[in-house]
Amino acid sequence: MEWLNTILQGVLLGGLYAMFAAGLSLIFGVMRLVNIAHGDFIVLAAYIALVITEATGVNPLVALIVVVPLMSAIGYALQRGLLNRTLGDDLLPPLLVTFGLSIIIQNGLLEWFTADSRKLQAGAIEVDSINLGGGLAIGTLPLIQFLVAIVVIAGLQWLFYRTTLGRAFRATSDDATVAQLMGLDNRHIFGLAMALSLAVVAIAGVFLAVRANFDPTIGPARLIFGFEAVIIGGLGSMWGTLAGGIILGVAQVAGAKLDPGWNLLAGHLAFLLVLALRPEGLFHKVHG
Amino acid sequence: MSKPLLEVRDLDAHYGDFQALFGVSLTISAGTVVSVIGANGAGKSTLLKCIAGVMPVRRDAIMFESTPIGGAAAHVALAHGIALVPEGRRLFPSLTVEENLLVGGHLGRRGPWHLERIYQLFPMLAERAQMPSTVLSGGQQQMAAIGRALMSNPKLLLCDEISLGLAPIVIRDIYARLPEIVAEGMTLLIVEQDIAQALKIAKEVYCLQEGRVALAGEAGSLTRQKISAAYFGV
Repeated sequence: MEWLNTILQGVLLGGLYAMFAAGLSLIFGVMRLVNIAHGDFIVLAAYIALVITEATGVNPLVALIVVVPLMSAIGYALQRGLLNRTLGDDLLPPLLVTFGLSIIIQNGLLEWFTADSRKLQAGAIEVDSINLGGGLAIGTLPLIQFLVAIVVIAGLQWLFYRTTLGRAFRATSDDATVAQLMGLDNRHIFGLAMALSLAVVAIAGVFLAVRANFDPTIGPARLIFGFEAVIIGGLGSMWGTLAGGIILGVAQVAGAKLDPGWNLLAGHLAFLLVLALRPEGLFHKVHG
Repeated sequence: MSKPLLEVRDLDAHYGDFQALFGVSLTISAGTVVSVIGANGAGKSTLLKCIAGVMPVRRDAIMFESTPIGGAAAHVALAHGIALVPEGRRLFPSLTVEENLLVGGHLGRRGPWHLERIYQLFPMLAERAQMPSTVLSGGQQQMAAIGRALMSNPKLLLCDEISLGLAPIVIRDIYARLPEIVAEGMTLLIVEQDIAQALKIAKEVYCLQEGRVALAGEAGSLTRQKISAAYFGV
């Protein structure tokens, strides 16, 4: 029963990792851009939520109403103003520029907010739990977080395969030159993709910050978790990304149960195992 | 004579240091079919790319309905009413046949062309509407590519090498549908290596050779000898 509990906690944590991964996977899919600053944007969203909650006293989950559109706007502006100029046949320039952004965001946050650990306070909901009987209980907050992750993934899936914008995303991803001939302005499409990615990042950042302490330096590790979830699930599959996040979450929590120091190690080992046995990921969909 | 729909004036085009077009000029009146022929590398596709807004060229080198649009982005050219059927079809592989057509109609220009009308023109596409575009045969892909360009309801349809890699019977089948498109008021600019097809459908023919117009005239007035001289430069 204790192990069942462990797995359950891991699954719920996996929802958060899936949200880290979804935004990363989305922009790589649409424009072949690997955003090294992805983790730092998660932390940036957490700090924006912190400022809002401290200034107004609202619950962090309510602050999402502001953080999500704000991060989207930052994403669109960043793509149109900077990242679009780095895109081309060479994968290296966007990699280097987002690496630079990562350093700028980390040090900017350090300068502004100091290196102190912070946390968002969500009130009673943080410690509430639902008793499932037989000694099993799940926290209300992790449950909400997991349900939100499912809604986010399902929403992205719906957007990609059922809407005009999603069709434009897929067409641009297939062949950006021809998509332009069809009247799709790449620069705008890429801007929208980054806006969407950072909207998901905003949600993930706020849940991360309610769940645990954060400081300006934790971004790169969140980027790694996101990457691992994407690779485990397989590029191009949104539900695969959710599964990847869950596998990573379960591995980490199970590792920590065996030995508290094995938390991260177990996650990385699960990732390496998938990479060794199924390098294309468990739910691989795109080719080439 | 009415004002020309498209005027290409003294057009130069470059790929880096390489110059692909040298002072090319041509005029197309509305409602006509014009063919551009020439050997491989003569600059035919480059000419279409310039007109479609893909290449950086002098602004007044491309005049569409008396508006200079040279070097404007592809979506701008499309908004003016210029659509390109690209060489090699280039359908979106991860989209279904119908989704490919819908992407073509993205800008939502009004006109006679919509899904049902395209399916009427190419009934084979209707049967395969929900299939991935990758399962289509070469000829069906070409139909889908033409349909996709028509979906934007252009005034000028640029067709790059419709016959490329297709069996003669399939080529004839596709060319047989073009008059129906012209009958809806479309103007066609067709780039072809298949000279017989180009001469048969076009009112006027331009022959490019190494980036220059080597020959131009009414399709009926050009003799085989003149064409092969302009084509091969011998």
